[in-house]
Amino acid sequence: MSTEKDTRAPKAQQSHTIKKPETEGTIGGTISIEINEKKLTVPLGTTILEACKQNQIHVPTLCHHDDLCIAGVCRVCVVEVEGMRTLQASCAFPITAPIKVKTSTPEVRKARRHIIDLMLSEHYGECYSCIRNGNCELQSLAKEYGVDGYTFGHVDKPTYEIDNSSYSVIRDMSKCILCKRCVRTCIDLQEVGVLEAIDRGDKTHISTFLDKPLADVICINCGQCINRCPTAALRANDPSDEIWNAIDDPKKHVVIQTAPSPRAAIGEEFGLEAGHSMTFQLNTALKRIGFDAVFDTNFTADLTIIEEGTELIIRLKKALVDKDPTIKLPQFTSCSPGWVKYLEHFYPEYIDNLSSAKSPQQMFGALIKTYYAEKMGIDPADVVSVAVMPCSAKKFECNRPEMTDSGFKDVDFGLTTREAAKMIKEAGIYLPEMPKTHFDSPFGDASGAGLIFGATGGVMEAALRSVVEFILGVKVESVFENANIIPVRGFEGIKYVELPLGDKVGPVPDLLKPIVSNWDWLKGATLKIAVVHGTANAKKVMDDIKAGGKFSECHFIEFMACPGGCLGGGGQPIPTSLEIRKLRAKAIYDEDAELDVRKSHENKHVLRIYEEFIKDGPCSHLSHKLLHTHYTKRGKFMA
Amino acid sequence: METTVISKATKRTGPVLFADYKRGDGIKKALQMRRDNVLLEVRESKLKGRGGAGFPTATKWMLTAAATCPEKFLVCNADEGEPGTFKDRVLLLEYPELVFDGMVIGGYTIGAKQGIVYLRGEYEYMLKSLEDYLEQMRKDNLLGKNILGVEGFDYDITIRLGAGAYVCGEETALIESLEGHRGESRNRPPYPVNTGYNGRPTSVNNVETLASIPHIMMRGGEWFATMGTDKSTGSKLFSISGDCSKPGVYELRWGATIRDILKLVDAQDTKAVQVGGASGFCIPESQFDRQLSYEDTSTGGSIMIFNKKRNMLSVLKNFMEFFVEESCGQCTPCRIGNVKLLEGVEMIEKNEFTFEYIKNLKELGKSMQIASKCGLGQSSPNSFISILENFNDEIFNTNRNGGSK
Repeated sequence: MSTEKDTRAPKAQQSHTIKKPETEGTIGGTISIEINEKKLTVPLGTTILEACKQNQIHVPTLCHHDDLCIAGVCRVCVVEVEGMRTLQASCAFPITAPIKVKTSTPEVRKARRHIIDLMLSEHYGECYSCIRNGNCELQSLAKEYGVDGYTFGHVDKPTYEIDNSSYSVIRDMSKCILCKRCVRTCIDLQEVGVLEAIDRGDKTHISTFLDKPLADVICINCGQCINRCPTAALRANDPSDEIWNAIDDPKKHVVIQTAPSPRAAIGEEFGLEAGHSMTFQLNTALKRIGFDAVFDTNFTADLTIIEEGTELIIRLKKALVDKDPTIKLPQFTSCSPGWVKYLEHFYPEYIDNLSSAKSPQQMFGALIKTYYAEKMGIDPADVVSVAVMPCSAKKFECNRPEMTDSGFKDVDFGLTTREAAKMIKEAGIYLPEMPKTHFDSPFGDASGAGLIFGATGGVMEAALRSVVEFILGVKVESVFENANIIPVRGFEGIKYVELPLGDKVGPVPDLLKPIVSNWDWLKGATLKIAVVHGTANAKKVMDDIKAGGKFSECHFIEFMACPGGCLGGGGQPIPTSLEIRKLRAKAIYDEDAELDVRKSHENKHVLRIYEEFIKDGPCSHLSHKLLHTHYTKRGKFMA
Repeated sequence: METTVISKATKRTGPVLFADYKRGDGIKKALQMRRDNVLLEVRESKLKGRGGAGFPTATKWMLTAAATCPEKFLVCNADEGEPGTFKDRVLLLEYPELVFDGMVIGGYTIGAKQGIVYLRGEYEYMLKSLEDYLEQMRKDNLLGKNILGVEGFDYDITIRLGAGAYVCGEETALIESLEGHRGESRNRPPYPVNTGYNGRPTSVNNVETLASIPHIMMRGGEWFATMGTDKSTGSKLFSISGDCSKPGVYELRWGATIRDILKLVDAQDTKAVQVGGASGFCIPESQFDRQLSYEDTSTGGSIMIFNKKRNMLSVLKNFMEFFVEESCGQCTPCRIGNVKLLEGVEMIEKNEFTFEYIKNLKELGKSMQIASKCGLGQSSPNSFISILENFNDEIFNTNRNGGSK
């Protein structure tokens, strides 16, 4: 396992992440302090900022982000600590003595105002032409501190060229205020390490390796940096203009699939609290703005479960029964394109462990331009396929050269939740007021198993709901109450679960009969699985596998690039925090609990695909042609 | 690189550092004492950090010694980068015995097993001779295992080169750099005495501070404290440069006035003295009776003399250009603030300014002094504020029309 020392974060930013005391007793009890002459008692080690938050005292922040390690570089949160010569950054000051703090002295207010003025002097761009207008932390601070002019001037020309080389993330460094949230996200939260500050003094800027364009470095496109950028220095590569063109073109048949995570979060873009699912309102809105059909990505999530589950059974059988040494276990999930690219760069020797099953988005793309086009009698050349995703990496994924199995680009555009909301607003629609409508035929509404793909642990839970029934021949509800597989749920970074299968196995279901004749070989076996989210956690697990640790004994591991899984994706509404992600997860699990069909193999529309189209069943020849893919050993050094 | 060898042709003299000392004597003396008694001796001397900040050395050592951790470090800050400072160069070249003996005594006192010299990149030419010197110390058992027969006292010194960043003279940025990271200061607390190099308790001391230690060992803290002023004991090395006929490194007791210094180096027609380097203050003639001491005009040793022919605005511009380039760039006040101050100087130069804006910039300077993350940004506005205030007449009135407003 990776130790703390291995982390690549610079010590200035990482060394003293101030751990929040879990209980009062953990690091030495509590301490009495004074903030603004109010006596308070806080756990020892609490930061001044935390103490203020807990006591409803507002201190402005900018470089601070709850998800990230402490930086203390923007200096907006400075406060006065009695007896200290200089002001202290409240985000970076752990309370270990009975200090007296003042959060709003004349010096403090003046210093904050100066700092905001200085940032504005180097921040290029006008708010009204900015994608983050109305949701920019610098703008909010300027308003909060009554900035009414550019005290120290304002740049009138961009200072850096915009880097739009990446399909996913655009960097506009002229808007960067060097809070280093992106650096801390990339190096510390995700442990990818693409972004770092280089040069010094007034030439300091955030850069990639050798200042290369983002497309030419080991960026995994997770977009977590976008979610945490306080300004618009980082943004997603927005295809909405091209989508409008397609919608406006009468010859084009424009369809859109919506993933579960955007539906659980898009309400936030319309001012709702996190945790309101907008699935069916979104269907109406998308139809009204001109999409010809709206499909549920969960449909192909169900299909993914069948394909990926079958692949796992094949691998297990070949490894356990046929003793085939070429079979790679554990099998890794492959539906998170950020994770896939991470593995291709950092652990290329393990790409054979990735399930060859495409992600739900790409499976759908392949089906839309084959099965659907054929069924509807439309020339697939005229079909434009869009996907609303919580993800910036999906934009890269749909542009992978191998994703053209339908004979066309399987998915034309990946649209983030934020961009979808923008299109809806542009059409004059207020989403929360929309009536509810169902998804379009022939794919219809999908199962709850596909739905929970949005949360970390969801793919595993969906897979288990089917695998348990396939192998044991009993209802999953008899093993896990209400089919809720709690051990794989939750936000713990790495979850490891052992499932003893017992001695009673069931009959092989029809769908799998071409693959296995019986389950006797699994009698008494223990299924070892793990669920991992965030690439920093993935790194730990991969290093453990490399070292032959307990994760190398696993059979199946779910990996998601983003913290929290898809619902915390780089295309989701800004801001993000653990609380927001938990609320989104709750929305998803609640919606699942309401559904009648909650297992992929019970989705009638999926079964119909195997009856009508992929007649030889999962992992068959046609299935491999359309629904499976291959990967590239990229390595860390790019030409 | 050109190798400069400064010969000891003219013997330096001074009350402490430039006095006679025989290599190893301080170590021998210290090793006969208990660690806490060494600490008491240093405390009695009231020795303060010679880098400029003036933190009591005994307190720093005591905190490091008190930290409960089996691994500790003593770091000698030889990243002498303050403009106008060259005293550490003299100590390292001519008095390495003082510096290294001080490091051994410090290591013994705080319980470190390793000392590290963080040597300024530009001083690479000394590396060979210093390494040779350390090798000789190892041969003489002044370094290595069971030093001078003291069972269990194992200590060695390594030398690491900086890469040229001014900010790495700041102790936490220095530690970042030692660890192989970008030279940026850390948040404090925690302080290096608790969480320093590799997360271990670390005492970072200036070259001159460490060089004073062997003499304190030999002649006692009480003797040391008799020199200087009440709050500034002992002597100080001053690197004196600029408009004078005898520039160089001088050792003086604390408490000398600026006028004393000017006389010593035979400076004529002096208009201004910059005390403490680019990050220090500029003193006009009317204040030449001020004392050099921690309580009055504190300095790490840099004294720059400007005669009446010098243009103070150019002097200031030079300093501000230095800070614009040398800010590490992480915190807002220092990174952008210095740029704005420099722009202000250029506006005055071009006679395109308003007094209101200059007033704004002085206010900005004050915010920088209290809101910057480390000493660099906290001290960079000092010259801006002091030069504009002390030479207001010259800058705004002489040969100019007093601005556009």
